[in-house]
Amino acid sequence: MSEPLGISRADVAHLAGLARIDLSDAELDHLATELPSILEYVAAVQQAAGDDVEAMSHPVPVNNVFREDVVRPSLTQDEALAMAPASDQGRFGVPKILGEE
Amino acid sequence: MTETLVPFDEAITRYDPVMGLEIHIELNTATKMFCGCPTEFGAEPNTQTCPVCLALPGALPVVNAKAVESAIRIGLALNCEIAQWCRFARKNYFYPDMPKNFQTSQYDEPIAFDGFVDVEVDGETYRIEIERAHMEEDTGKALHVGGSTGRIHGADYSLVDYNRAGIPLIEIVTRTIEVPADKAPAVARAYVSHVRDLIGGLGVSDVRMDQGSLRADVNLSLKPKGSDTLGTRSETKNVNSFRSVERAVRYEVSRHAGILDAGDKVLQETRHFQEDSGTTSSGREKSDADDYRYFPEPDLAPVSPSREWVEELRATLPEPPAVRRARLQADWGFSDLDMRDTIGAGALDLIVATVEAGTTPQAAKKWWLGEMARRANETGTDLDALGITPEQVAEIQALIDAGRINDKLARSVFDGVIAGEGTAKEVVVGRKLEVVSDDGALGAAVDRAIEADPDAAEKIRAGNLGVAGALIGAVMKEMRGQADAGRVRELILEKLR
Amino acid sequence: MSTRDLTTATADELSQTLAKGDASSVEVTQAHIDRIAAVDGTIHAFLHVDAEGALATAADIDARRSKGEKLHALAGVPIAVKDIVATIGLPTTCGSKILDGWIPPYDATITRHIKAAGLPILGKTNMDEFAMGSSTEHSAYGPTYNPWDITRSPGGSGGGSAAAVAAFEAPLAIGTDTGGSIRQPGALTGTVGVKPTYGGVSRYGLVALASSLDQAGPVTRSVLDAALLHELIGGHDPCDSTSIDGPVPAVVAAARKADVKGLKVGIITELGGDGFQPGVRARFDEAVALLTGAGAEVVEVSLPSLEHALAAYYLVMPSEASSNLARFDAMRYGVRVPPTGNDDPSAEQVMASSRDAGFGDEVKRRIILGTYALSSGYYDAYYGSAQKVRTLIASDFAAAFAKVDVLVSPTSPTTAFELGAKLDDPLSMYLQDVATIPANLVGIPGLSLPIGLADEDRLPVGLQFLAPQKADDRLYNAGAALERLLEEKWGGSLLAQAPELEVAR
Ligand SMILES: [Mg+2]
Ligand SMILES: [Zn+2]
Repeated sequence: MSEPLGISRADVAHLAGLARIDLSDAELDHLATELPSILEYVAAVQQAAGDDVEAMSHPVPVNNVFREDVVRPSLTQDEALAMAPASDQGRFGVPKILGEE
Repeated sequence: MTETLVPFDEAITRYDPVMGLEIHIELNTATKMFCGCPTEFGAEPNTQTCPVCLALPGALPVVNAKAVESAIRIGLALNCEIAQWCRFARKNYFYPDMPKNFQTSQYDEPIAFDGFVDVEVDGETYRIEIERAHMEEDTGKALHVGGSTGRIHGADYSLVDYNRAGIPLIEIVTRTIEVPADKAPAVARAYVSHVRDLIGGLGVSDVRMDQGSLRADVNLSLKPKGSDTLGTRSETKNVNSFRSVERAVRYEVSRHAGILDAGDKVLQETRHFQEDSGTTSSGREKSDADDYRYFPEPDLAPVSPSREWVEELRATLPEPPAVRRARLQADWGFSDLDMRDTIGAGALDLIVATVEAGTTPQAAKKWWLGEMARRANETGTDLDALGITPEQVAEIQALIDAGRINDKLARSVFDGVIAGEGTAKEVVVGRKLEVVSDDGALGAAVDRAIEADPDAAEKIRAGNLGVAGALIGAVMKEMRGQADAGRVRELILEKLR
Repeated sequence: MSTRDLTTATADELSQTLAKGDASSVEVTQAHIDRIAAVDGTIHAFLHVDAEGALATAADIDARRSKGEKLHALAGVPIAVKDIVATIGLPTTCGSKILDGWIPPYDATITRHIKAAGLPILGKTNMDEFAMGSSTEHSAYGPTYNPWDITRSPGGSGGGSAAAVAAFEAPLAIGTDTGGSIRQPGALTGTVGVKPTYGGVSRYGLVALASSLDQAGPVTRSVLDAALLHELIGGHDPCDSTSIDGPVPAVVAAARKADVKGLKVGIITELGGDGFQPGVRARFDEAVALLTGAGAEVVEVSLPSLEHALAAYYLVMPSEASSNLARFDAMRYGVRVPPTGNDDPSAEQVMASSRDAGFGDEVKRRIILGTYALSSGYYDAYYGSAQKVRTLIASDFAAAFAKVDVLVSPTSPTTAFELGAKLDDPLSMYLQDVATIPANLVGIPGLSLPIGLADEDRLPVGLQFLAPQKADDRLYNAGAALERLLEEKWGGSLLAQAPELEVAR
């Protein structure tokens, strides 16, 4: 696997797509010039730890945290929809969803 | 693009299908996977949601213990290993019916892995290897509204109900399935139907394909006979019946073969199965853009089921299907062929229930593999989705045994019951289907028949009973079939002695 | 007590005043509301003030007290809450445009604790957008100004809570700390801030930045006040799967003990050298000398892996943030901004345009960085390696705590910096948190308290104590002891030396 310390404008555009942010050309240019230095800095971690080191996903280890399968009160339909930008027929109104048949 | 299809039987002379099946099982827990919202089907939209399953800022998930238990039992039923320690992972992608814009799922650490099931097709047993069974959550449901009625900028829009969002799912993934090409469609169907029976037997899910509590995705690619270079695969979704599983495999084999014969490349894409036409239509194209950026879910603790717990759950597993089938075949006195047809039709549990409701195994088989199978074929549904229950079948058979209706009338009773005209008895009364055996009415009809056909009557008087059939037919015709044919014959002979 | 006394008193003093009946909660609360009206035009610590709600709670507490009801020690003592905490009926924007006007239908667990104990909630405090920043300049609603010098930043992301307490607009405040957002503003404003052990305080209802790093904690003017608030908001929460299922450490008792005799204190070699302002190092050395004088055994310990802490943090935090912030898509809540020049956009397009319009530059920067660190092909090299570095750092701390009871370092390498000074240089802004980040990476608790003013700029300097997981009480014992030694020397609190603020009339 390559370890690119650089990141092209096209890379930033691709990442913005994954992150669903419609970045302007100016923003793309700016990030494309700014991110490489940050990436160069953080890339240092690649040399820090060997394969034998465990990756830490939880700083305080706990296992098997469950809840009983018991119903708790839900929000009312009005509470659920109260902050919705749009709603209709008790549902959240969203623009047309692509890839729907 | 219009697709040239190669007939299945021809396609498999040049290509071998390589299948992979993904089954999503919606668990029947009382609450969702990560919150206390109820899971009942068909509630008013967005009345079973909370900050967690709406992904409101700040809300955090907590795992449903019952869902983990069900996942382990499913894993054990599929002969899987149960992980000593596993984590949830976030599958990151944006979709409006997925509130967090990531699905809390499992990635490289599934709770169950390395299992298998043996399925039977035409007397042959095929071993399907299970790669993994993992825990995840369902999405909401979006319904599309046309522009005309649209209220958002007057444009087309969608309405989303999140009641289903967060309902526990178990995803079961097979390893690649390679069986004799001609058997592939039947094996795929048999596998899904087998998993349905298996998990239905655990009582952890309704496993209703028609209601979406069991969903099958068919992944298929072709490789030229004799070569072992894998082709590009398509993933066919919303296959909503066992029959459709079979049809989807057949169609995709024909479609892929058409593309490959033309020297074109198969697109790696999601396809949608169309129940009506039995075809598949193009969905979303898969590409490098599908980068789910999985990482361990930091908001949830790892799951490490103790071996004691796993063994406790193993002890709760019902009788294995093979054992159960052998027992039922013996109890019922079915032939191997009867049993094969029963299983092939997915009628095993239906017949069990019908027999429990008081019908003889033979009668139960007669209806489910005969009349019901015919109707299922006509409407392209599965037997359990016909709208008629084993109890209703048993009730109708009881009416026949009591002589109140005959087999012919029973078909009309089925129509009535399915049409929701009430119980079998109510339908018999409502549709006036009772057979007539009172001599007054029959006698009169017999007299009219004799008058209408004097020389037939003469022949009978002369002892030529073979002619009686003509008069019986006439009487039955007049009674519109609702007569006890045996009694009619007796009356005719009495009158002509 | 005069109105001025009511706002300068500590929460512990107010609690006694209320108990004795020398003042009512309504009087105390009104005094703070008046103070906010007088100075917040200058400081901008608050995004939303709820005078009505606060006074209603105060009146209710006064009534219950007069009935002789048994009340929580802090009942009736007003509090300010960082705008990252969900509060029913009060806007919760996280300093972001995308949540402009969002009013939660539920309370965070700590909000429930605060309401149950009867603390009037004065309002919601300003912060860097989604807690991404170290200066509060990344708030979509404008910066907060440091009460010590309003041309300077109060630090961040919790500059609003720290400034509110430093400017006597509230005796208590809630902060959250993902990489230093409670402790660094504490240092820059001369206040006390504590990041409890990860899991010590419920995260339920705190808008998530980085799930494995976030922790809420107290922002106050004294170590004892911090302990009282910590005890109130801490404890197990079944709604937070990462919450510690055990008792809250005896932090109040520890703060009252305040005795370092025989306490083993380790100075972290890697935190205090180059890049640390001379005035910061001078005050730090004096503070350590005071501890030695009081009978503490001070040694120097090295944690070599800290070299990689900042780099690891700037991979873990943006990665988790990129996923946590995905829910802000303007579909179920939040500000929906359709793309321009497209009269029939798809949901996907509206999501993308809303997120571009709703998020500020720093948020976008970190989301893109995190998306990169998690993307296929780079995961192992970036996110994966960073998570391994956390393990290395944890073992360094384990080794250190085998030798000493607590560790110390300056909280921040510098005193309060000029507004705008670091805005165009993300890396130098990130360096502000070099000393505070390690605690978040390994889940240990940290406390920052003021230790004097730097000679070069007469601005506050902070010292940070660190303790092992679940040993938060050690921070309060050591912190309270040092606080007493310093205040004896100063003849009062450091904030008493803060300049008088322009008061609006
Ligand atoms: Mg899945
Ligand atoms: Zn819910």
